Amino acid sequence: MDAIVARYSRTPGVEHDDLPGEEQHDCSAPSSLPLLSLPPISQPTAFLRAHTDDASNPDCKIKIAHGTTTLAFRFQGGIVVAVDSRATAGNWIASQTVKKVIEINPFLLGTMAGGAADCQFWETWLGIQCRLHELREKSRISVAAASKILSNLVYSYKGMGLSMGTMICGYTKLEGPAIYYVDSDGTRLKGDLFCVGSGQTFAYGVLDSAYKWDMSVEEALALGKRSILAATHRDAFSGGSVNLYHVKESGWTFYGNHNVGELFWKTKAEEQSFENVPTDFTADA
Amino acid sequence: MYSEPYIDPASAHVAAAPIEHRFNPYSDNGGTILAIAGSDFAVLAGDTRHTTGYSINSRFQPKVHTLPCDPPILVSANGYSADGDTLVRRLGQRVQWYSYNHNKAISVAACARLIQTMLYGKRFFPYYVHTIVAGLDEEGRGAVYSFDPVGSYEREQCRAGGAAASLIMPFLDNQVNLKNQYDAQTGEPKTATYLSLDETVKLVKDAFSSATERHIHVGDALEIKIITKEGVKLEYFPLKRD
Repeated sequence: MDAIVARYSRTPGVEHDDLPGEEQHDCSAPSSLPLLSLPPISQPTAFLRAHTDDASNPDCKIKIAHGTTTLAFRFQGGIVVAVDSRATAGNWIASQTVKKVIEINPFLLGTMAGGAADCQFWETWLGIQCRLHELREKSRISVAAASKILSNLVYSYKGMGLSMGTMICGYTKLEGPAIYYVDSDGTRLKGDLFCVGSGQTFAYGVLDSAYKWDMSVEEALALGKRSILAATHRDAFSGGSVNLYHVKESGWTFYGNHNVGELFWKTKAEEQSFENVPTDFTADA
Repeated sequence: MYSEPYIDPASAHVAAAPIEHRFNPYSDNGGTILAIAGSDFAVLAGDTRHTTGYSINSRFQPKVHTLPCDPPILVSANGYSADGDTLVRRLGQRVQWYSYNHNKAISVAACARLIQTMLYGKRFFPYYVHTIVAGLDEEGRGAVYSFDPVGSYEREQCRAGGAAASLIMPFLDNQVNLKNQYDAQTGEPKTATYLSLDETVKLVKDAFSSATERHIHVGDALEIKIITKEGVKLEYFPLKRD
């Protein structure tokens, strides 16, 4: 097994030319990382911003998917993770079926907010690093260490235009249930409760008002789902469906995909909420 | 497009206003692509018009490619055709090398992951393309994967990409996934089932002839590639040439 580890681990600072990377221009990042090519000009970051950032340049050609609501919280029974599934590029809804929870391994979940490709690519990369840790140390990686691998990685690209806001959620014997918020600025925070994305404020509003540590698993799952529903209702950039996960000592379990189309009316009828929304538009007010 | 700024010889001696130059390696060559997965087939179709701005450069520039592997995989990278052609050429090389190195053909799932790494490899100098891959998965079912320019991807039942994606995609949601359709008797939402190959090809032709009517960058001809366990079948369908 050690031979396998030696073959697939890379020492930072040592050149490896056996990997078929994306040729051309070298990247200033450490060579343990995949090779990312840069445009052959003096200001690569300004170039990237001009062509991909639709906030600073609405006419830019390359639209990168943005907009989201994601949440995760710790409670007596472990961790609940809930996310929406909409991807937008400008005003265009690119997809209503995005998987914003990235299953890093059977014990670790990562959430996706910001650049879809950045999150998807680096969190699967994180999965590789976690597996290598497991092979080297003969024990599972802690959530703290896993999240720090990711935060150190994004920090090494600081200012280059990566965009991600993610929660690394997991359960280890050592730590119990743990959530770390990691974003592309390099921020890494340990906490009990986070909401991330354009709809975060709406989700916080519902979650904060009903959150209790001693909730049952059923109550916690319902609250996570309800908080995302609230965000999809008020944030135009969030929507599609709700994906629900529960993390406990034995790993994570998926608790279904809930389409907002049906979930909204079902919730309204069951709990008599969303009273401001008419069920029948033709009825007299 | 690279071009020298035009300087009028008559006014060349006058101190010209400063011209801001910016590195702009991108162009948009229009066109649209569409893929639908069936129970034991997948189709990938694209129009053959090639444009820059309001100019039609070619009425027949095919962009749906068959990768050199067996069973074959269909791929199209729509957007800036130079980037798209480059991506597909490099992908073809990587797919061949995969078969030499592993002594087996690449699966669609592995091919999709490979494309992600290739697109993300140019995260800071992106390929300006919307990529769609179609093939048969390891159970023989139709598979469609779609990608954003920097490599985020997802497996789907159907996907339209390129200039008229916003015209075709809502039509597909309604006709393939039966979104917002309800049973006339029960009022229950309809659930989608697999379309037959004939129905699928009909749908593809309708989608493109409608897009041609309303989008200036779509037209001339439609190339439909159909992948089954027997191999790849090619079908052409004329579109309006105005």
